[in-house]
Amino acid sequence: MIEARLLTKVFHDRKRGEIRGADAISFRVEPGRIYGLLGANGAGKTTTLRLLATLLKPTSGAAVVAGHDVVREPDKVRANVGFLGTSTALYARLTSREMIAYFGRLNGLDEPSLRSRIRLLADELDMHEFLDRRCDKLSTGMKQKTSIARTLVHDPQVMIFDEPTLGLDVMTARSIVRFVRECRGRGKTVIYSTHVMSEAEKLCDVIGIIHGGRLRAEGSLAELRARTGEPDLEECFVKIVAPEGPK
Amino acid sequence: MSRGAVGTVYVKELRDSLRDRRTLLSTIIIPTVIMPALVLGVGKVMSAIISKAREEIPRIMVVGGADSPGVMSELERSGKFKVEAASPDWRSLISEKRVRAAAEIPEGFERALESGSAPAVKLYDYEGELKSGIAVDQLRNFFVGLRDRATARLLAARGLPAAIARPFEVTVANVAPPEKVGGNLLGGIVPYIIILLCFMGAMNPAMDLTAGEKERGTMEALLCTPAARTDIVLGKFCMVLTGSLAAVVCSLVSMGATLAAMGTLLGGAPAGHAGPGGTAATIDPVGILGVLAMVIPVAVLFSAVLFTVSLFAKSFKEAQSYTGPMVFVVVLPAVVGMLPGIDLNLRLAVVPILNISLVCKEMLSGVWHWGYISAIFGSTALYAAAALALAVRMFRREDVIFRT
Repeated sequence: MIEARLLTKVFHDRKRGEIRGADAISFRVEPGRIYGLLGANGAGKTTTLRLLATLLKPTSGAAVVAGHDVVREPDKVRANVGFLGTSTALYARLTSREMIAYFGRLNGLDEPSLRSRIRLLADELDMHEFLDRRCDKLSTGMKQKTSIARTLVHDPQVMIFDEPTLGLDVMTARSIVRFVRECRGRGKTVIYSTHVMSEAEKLCDVIGIIHGGRLRAEGSLAELRARTGEPDLEECFVKIVAPEGPK
Repeated sequence: MSRGAVGTVYVKELRDSLRDRRTLLSTIIIPTVIMPALVLGVGKVMSAIISKAREEIPRIMVVGGADSPGVMSELERSGKFKVEAASPDWRSLISEKRVRAAAEIPEGFERALESGSAPAVKLYDYEGELKSGIAVDQLRNFFVGLRDRATARLLAARGLPAAIARPFEVTVANVAPPEKVGGNLLGGIVPYIIILLCFMGAMNPAMDLTAGEKERGTMEALLCTPAARTDIVLGKFCMVLTGSLAAVVCSLVSMGATLAAMGTLLGGAPAGHAGPGGTAATIDPVGILGVLAMVIPVAVLFSAVLFTVSLFAKSFKEAQSYTGPMVFVVVLPAVVGMLPGIDLNLRLAVVPILNISLVCKEMLSGVWHWGYISAIFGSTALYAAAALALAVRMFRREDVIFRT
């Protein structure tokens, strides 16, 4: 479960002054549900997700992830979180197996558990053929699978996806979307950030629309449609973030 | 701090670095090759250049000397010079290296020589130019020989033995053992190269493990693991330190092996590498071990500083633009330490890099000032600890890790 309460992050920039990357953001995600964080570039999606993953410390507010407070127990939060970011970057000179094992060890898995987890993930994701191939020799799809296996190696309760399909081809993006659904199917708590409306429509049980660091609206697709009177999510989004019309 | 997480990060970084050609080149290959290249290659090239210059018969000009035909003919007959009559622009010809040197023979020189009261002969060269220097040396030898023979003739005419003008000889004999000679000969350059390699060895891993990781986009995933930031930074730092120390060890081992091989192959007194009196230029192994011990805190200091600086960069290229100029900061005190006449004192003992350069020079020549050694080791260890603490602190800063 994820619960954010008035989560705020203020950055200080010499030129631009005070920037509120996340401004009093509150939401709740239950296990077995996908919460979509929908927003344009620079809206505050990544900042919010980084706060939940304890990569950043909140300026104020609080968040509880998998039953642990992000400020007081950041290591316990991270032990229960799988984070898949925009770039599915891998260590080019390591093999797929070494990559997964590295993250498994950092997540505290012992060697026998690690071996069995790698075997299981390789079975599930059909990775046996390239498991011992260096990551710089893998195709995009193989890299994607390695990234997913790296994220899942410690079997986290909470999955955080930060625009995971950005820049990917249709087939690879579809496999990611399928994987996100599988996470929901396994009862994991999922938060998924995107600026692609169709992805949010297809995947998310609840959509939070974020703009200028603030959560402007929240609800299921049907609720958002009812609230704005627009049948199309894109129109709903525009009406919510720019009610006076685009400038 | 968890030893397990530090070890996991270190082992991964070590494996990764061992597969990285750039790191292998800067930490193992270059340090291993540079010492033999310097000791053998540069020495051999230098001695070949000098031999070739010595073999060349220099073109010289004689200014005056028309009334000293005997001297002129002796000069020509010596076979050591291509003698040409002076042209008015003989000075510029020397500057342009078309003529190597000139001798100005005063009027009535030969006549005055017979009576033993000849005025001074003036020699001209282009100072700092090798071939001009050799030519003027040969001219000096010629005129000194001429003077000695004239002295002997004058003494003989008065019925006196030639030895009266040179009642005794002065000789110089070396009492320093070969390793001390070697230390003095190589002691200046070795610490300089060691310091430089120590820095260069840490450079590539430091950039790759910080800015490189940010650029590849793997840093975020790494920081999402439960491993504490301190453990991650220490694991990475240990790898940077390994790179620095590997460069030093490779260079010292290769230098020791080169000197040992030269001693064996060339019978202990290799040409061009001998000290005064033909003593072989070997280095005391204890001195090498001493240098290695003194280099450890410097390696920690360099690794921590490079790690911190590279951490600020968003890309490998940006990190290179920060760390590249730092080479000059390292080279400058190392060069100063190499200069003759700069000796260790308490003030210099706390100047980073310079202190190591000076103390290593002394250790390699067999001088062990334990007071200074302790002060230098202590002060460098202190700077290193401060730099490491700064690196850990910087790694915890969000604005450094997620700099946009």
